Amino acid sequence: MAGFNKVVDSYEAAMAGLQDNMTVIAGGFGLCGIPEGLIAQIKKMNTQGLTVVSNNCGIDGFGLGLLLEEKQIKKMVSSYVGENALFEQQLLNGELEVELTPQGTLAEKMRAGGAGIPAFYTATGFGTPVGDGKESRKFNGRDYILEESITGDFAIIKAYKADRYGNCIYRHTAQNFNPMAATAGKITVVEVEEIVEPGELSPSEIHTPGIYVDRIIVGSFEKRIERKILSATSSNQ
Amino acid sequence: MSLSREQIAMRVAQEFGDGHYINLGIGIPTLAANYVADDIEVMLQSENGLLGMGPYPTEEQVDADMINAGKETVTAAIGASIFDSAESFAMIRGGHVDLTVLGAFEVDCYGNIASWMIPNKLIKGMGGAMDLVAGAQNIIVTMTHADKHGHSKLLEQCTLPLTGVNCINKIITDLAVLEVKDGAFHLVERAPGVSVDEIRTKTAGKLVVAGNIPEMMF
Repeated sequence: MAGFNKVVDSYEAAMAGLQDNMTVIAGGFGLCGIPEGLIAQIKKMNTQGLTVVSNNCGIDGFGLGLLLEEKQIKKMVSSYVGENALFEQQLLNGELEVELTPQGTLAEKMRAGGAGIPAFYTATGFGTPVGDGKESRKFNGRDYILEESITGDFAIIKAYKADRYGNCIYRHTAQNFNPMAATAGKITVVEVEEIVEPGELSPSEIHTPGIYVDRIIVGSFEKRIERKILSATSSNQ
Repeated sequence: MSLSREQIAMRVAQEFGDGHYINLGIGIPTLAANYVADDIEVMLQSENGLLGMGPYPTEEQVDADMINAGKETVTAAIGASIFDSAESFAMIRGGHVDLTVLGAFEVDCYGNIASWMIPNKLIKGMGGAMDLVAGAQNIIVTMTHADKHGHSKLLEQCTLPLTGVNCINKIITDLAVLEVKDGAFHLVERAPGVSVDEIRTKTAGKLVVAGNIPEMMF
């Protein structure tokens, strides 16, 4: 790869090096802003025993739910997994381990992991099952628990546009966990809708600077919607 | 008469102050957005990364990249901003959100809340609820006063795994508005036609009734 050209032309190249028992951090909230093609590639590779860190686990048959079908996931670190019957079934069968983590704590774990901060104190979860067994400390009269940060062998990201340097922008609420996840992977792979010429993105509009990004691939996205709700005025028409 | 979901939402909206940043949970709290008074301006925060949530879209406006925390299609209001999840929870955990309204399975008279897990039955995860109850300045719970078997949800001590400790300020149910302080529920208002005795019967935790309790006004 010459200079700063991080663009790869196949999904095989995008996910090269992924092995059994690795940790993969995935961007996305529900089905919004998920790297659809990279998930499909992990399914194709049939990598086993993965620990997947993602706010949700897709739905049955789509998104990260695809990796449940082949039982490729050993452990999920998520804040909410209620959209997924297969997930529940594997959890109850003991085939899948889950570490339920508050959404803000999960975001901060990724952010801290990418920023070289090994742990942080937060009030979130104190006095609840989330705080069980964790170190706690009082600051200014308030109780906090110590949460450890997260890094991954891979981070898989969905962005809107990127240039060959890896500078990325996200679109609307498809941003969600993607920027933090991008910082926390040893190898960060970004699937984008469009690659633009260097200089086309204004330096001040970049969400994820290219330094965090190792590989970029152009994907085509189904962008499935979980709950399409229309305004009352339009559904009455 | 106990209140309908819409009436609870109407009463919740009376708690909204002009210039408030508000996070509304899924269900009844979200309905309250339909009843914001005409003479105030509020901004709704959706924890997936949107401040200034607008109405649901028209068919033409539907955009898969534009959803709310309930994973529903949504629009951005004038003045909105969109950001990542760490930024979103910095707002929440940093105490910048003025008011959070959320549902619950149980609340106790010490302001503890259980809303995310029923062991061996419901294990879906807490989403952003633990961050919200640890972070907001003011937290209101909306729920029915008793479950469908008639058991009170306002307890001396929560029995289910907690979402947060000592954090709930106010509860708005289908029967009453109550404040939570000094280890007791303090009855503030009752639903039209609901007696103090009925509320007392359906409140398992310590209830303080001081003086004449007015009916809610709509």
